Amino acid sequence: MSLLSVEDLTVEIGGRRVVDGVSFDVAERGRLGVIGESGSGKTMTALAIVGLAPDAATVSGRVRLDGSDLLGRDDRGYAVLRGSRIAVVFQDPRTALNPVMRVGRQISEPLRLHRGLRRRDAAAAAVDLCDRVELPDPERIARAYPHQLSGGQRQRVGIAMALACRPELLIADEPTTALDVTVQAEVMALLSQLVVEDGTALLFISHDLALVSGVVDDVLVMRDGGIVERGPVAAVTADPGHTYTRQLLDAARRTSLPAEEEVG
Amino acid sequence: MRHVWRSWPGRLGIVLVGVLLASAVVSLVWTPYDAKRVDPTQRWRPISWSHPFGTDGAGKDLLSQVLAGARTTLAVALLTVLLAAVIGLTLGILSAISPRLVGESIAHLIDVLIALPTLILALVFVAALGGSVWTVSLAIGVGSGVVLARVVRAEVSRVLTQDYILTAASSGSSTWRTVWRHIVPNIAPTVIVQLSLIAALAVLAEAALSYLGLTPVSTPSWGRMLGTLQETITVHPGALVFPGLAVVAATLGFNLLGDGVREAVDPRLRGRAATASPVFSSVVDQIEDPAVVPVTGGAGE
Repeated sequence: MSLLSVEDLTVEIGGRRVVDGVSFDVAERGRLGVIGESGSGKTMTALAIVGLAPDAATVSGRVRLDGSDLLGRDDRGYAVLRGSRIAVVFQDPRTALNPVMRVGRQISEPLRLHRGLRRRDAAAAAVDLCDRVELPDPERIARAYPHQLSGGQRQRVGIAMALACRPELLIADEPTTALDVTVQAEVMALLSQLVVEDGTALLFISHDLALVSGVVDDVLVMRDGGIVERGPVAAVTADPGHTYTRQLLDAARRTSLPAEEEVG
Repeated sequence: MRHVWRSWPGRLGIVLVGVLLASAVVSLVWTPYDAKRVDPTQRWRPISWSHPFGTDGAGKDLLSQVLAGARTTLAVALLTVLLAAVIGLTLGILSAISPRLVGESIAHLIDVLIALPTLILALVFVAALGGSVWTVSLAIGVGSGVVLARVVRAEVSRVLTQDYILTAASSGSSTWRTVWRHIVPNIAPTVIVQLSLIAALAVLAEAALSYLGLTPVSTPSWGRMLGTLQETITVHPGALVFPGLAVVAATLGFNLLGDGVREAVDPRLRGRAATASPVFSSVVDQIEDPAVVPVTGGAGE
């Protein structure tokens, strides 16, 4: 049985369908990429799965994690899952961390919430997690405030926080978009390595098909709230069935090719 | 406290509020003379070793009266701030995080309450309940609490749109935990500045009400001293200097302390204090921060 199963997920905001009858499954340890341009509904899909869609949104359909329903749960019902079984890494590491809380405390917050760790144990665990995401000088970074870290370091903190409780499913919502290209590659490598090590299933959301193809097995292509194409990543990139997928691929090639020529 | 001491508005604020606190505590056990003792042989004494602040027309020692008045001032300031903080944070946070209909109802209620001028409210309370430290604090606390509530609502709404609130929720933090651990610390700098302004406002309002003679004669008060002494201001202007300075120092002290604490609470502002122009930063912040502008409600002038 699949770990996450989404059936006919629909999100309406102010009468507009931003996600329109989306269905897909993520297997245990499976890695699925969701590709689409901005406004295609991919982020809203992710937020709806974890119950964080904005108050103005009406969510319908069915979302199941390991067979148990997620939609329609109350705040508490979701709170026990978030951070422990499903975790999210957000797009912009500059704003995704609380500016007035030390990084270590933020990283260990899921552990304190779900594993009931004491403050001291949590602090030690935070340092270990910093080390795990390959942050330099973990003791110092755990005591730092977010504004004292670089963008790449902050995103590593975000990943450490998300993976703190070893969730079964990690949703990564364009985690590298706000980073520059070299840092992007490092963070991607780290993310895929950790996901494999922990056996965490991955739902990776991006607009960049080339970037995603390195970390996922299957992809969904979304446009205007619906799925236009799906399949194993190699098949989709080699022989895109839908014009839109072809356009996305061309766009990715066009932006990456000149860079390669410069290097050569 | 260490961080507050580092910036120099904070340092001056600590000193001034410290002096106020020390005066209030000392006056509980000791004053040079009994603040209420009338001594016809010592009327209108100038500053001297035996009467450092001089005496008034009844021969009462002014230093003793100023020390005793510090007690009232401090009590009013603390009670008011406490009440305003409870009202402001509760209403403000509830109105921002509640479902839309409830939240907006609370917001409208806040707007209606803000329309009542604080000092008039204080006069009404005094008329209805009798004048006392409690009544004054109640009036100023409620009056400025609802103003604070509006500021808090705006601030919480701003913080709620930040991604780290989403991050906290996605880590499994419940709504109330998110409020306590993520929202309150992030609105704290603004709230602290507001509370320091409210403390200063309370000092002035207490002085104003007792100046008007609306608090009981038995309660020592700087405002009452100023009220009595101003009757003879053309003959003995010097007697007004020290009670007047006391009011100014207490007001300034609370403002500067608030400024210092704000900088210490926000890690992004720490260490910047030395380079900013410290004396005027309190005033400048009030002008620059639009949220602070509506606070006075016309009281105290």
